[in-house]
Amino acid sequence: MLHEVLLIARKDLRVEWRSKVTLGQVAPMGLLVLVVFAFAFDANTRLLELGAGGLFWVAVLFGGTLLIQRAFEVETDDGNFDAFRMSTIRAPSLFLGKSLGIFIQVVLLELVLGPGIVLLYNVRIDDWLLLLAAALGGTLAFSVCGVLWGVMAAGTRVRATLLPLLLVPILAPVLLAGSRAFETAFGVRAEAGWTWASLMFVIAAVHAAVGMGTFGFLLEES
Amino acid sequence: MSTVVDFQKVVAVAGGFPVLAGLDIEITKGEIVHLRGSNGVGKTSFLRACAGLLQIQNGDATVLGFDLRDDRIAPRRYIGLLGHENHLYKDLWVREHLEFRAAAVGADQHDVEAALQRIGVSERLWAVPIERLSAGQRRRVAIASVLVGRPQLWLLDEPHAALDREGREVLDEILIDAASSGATVVLASHERDLSKSVTSRVVTLRGGRLWEDSGAA
Repeated sequence: MLHEVLLIARKDLRVEWRSKVTLGQVAPMGLLVLVVFAFAFDANTRLLELGAGGLFWVAVLFGGTLLIQRAFEVETDDGNFDAFRMSTIRAPSLFLGKSLGIFIQVVLLELVLGPGIVLLYNVRIDDWLLLLAAALGGTLAFSVCGVLWGVMAAGTRVRATLLPLLLVPILAPVLLAGSRAFETAFGVRAEAGWTWASLMFVIAAVHAAVGMGTFGFLLEES
Repeated sequence: MSTVVDFQKVVAVAGGFPVLAGLDIEITKGEIVHLRGSNGVGKTSFLRACAGLLQIQNGDATVLGFDLRDDRIAPRRYIGLLGHENHLYKDLWVREHLEFRAAAVGADQHDVEAALQRIGVSERLWAVPIERLSAGQRRRVAIASVLVGRPQLWLLDEPHAALDREGREVLDEILIDAASSGATVVLASHERDLSKSVTSRVVTLRGGRLWEDSGAA
């Protein structure tokens, strides 16, 4: 199974490496979102510092949604969805492989956005461990949710607009938990950041289990 | 002769429209069947139904011994499908795409080069992104993607589209070789000359049903 998962993830990453969409378009777009927020808050450093956690995850949501759309656009383009279904790779492996590919791309996006919020929003990091754990949990949750809902939208003609419509409400708890955990890590909120970080791992685990169980059905019915 | 495709009064619906409306057809091992008929008579739907991509609503459908009403996924590992579209990852290089397709269908990686050479994709194009290829070259890569899987059942929809004369001849040779080695080929095509040179049987569909069947030529 690991071989199949890596095969799918490697193919997706190779497609992205060749097209340079992640680093060439999505990451700059994410940075632009951060800059726009800075303008929207009138460069109020205190406000930006307080809201940095939430703004980071909103930027990840925007950029990540584009990455998920792209991941399924590659599969639906040129009739590839049929080939995707005709392959002998088992559905749970397809699900995990797509999720792993998205996960790595979102991590790359976050590596660009992270320094962005530190520089633009004057953020000070108090708890690195919590920050990394929250980023890991949030990215995992984002990746598996994105692939699960991405395949549902992939078979429709209105997938470009349907995916954000499906994904944003589903990812709202991740957005909330990620924001709270980051705010604690930044030292602007004295709440239980680890509880919020744990919640994201739970969301990721639940969606991963549902995805592995239903991806084959969703693929056939899309 | 063993039966590879056996459809009895098969009904399949797509978009609320009965694309197969009581189709009866039996195809045996080693045949090269040329599916003919006007646009919209069910040729593509028949190929997709055989591949398990179109759900059977009624009737009995067996492909390679698998009852499609029970399991339409299991036979796919033995089927090579080439649709109207090429099923290509355009950002990948030709060789990368073929290597992925070979791995995805559990084929031998050593067959990749052989498949590309057989269909006449020049070695200088192997490290070129597919999006830079011409329509004919892409079609050749798509055919190589099917060839590399060594399918028992070839389902081809207008496979000669965009191919030049040499490409068509090579494809015809590949299909004849596949059939002589025990594979079965079903191809939908509007090309009338095809039936004389390659196919062993011509089947005409009309309104989602069998209209005419030449049997063995």
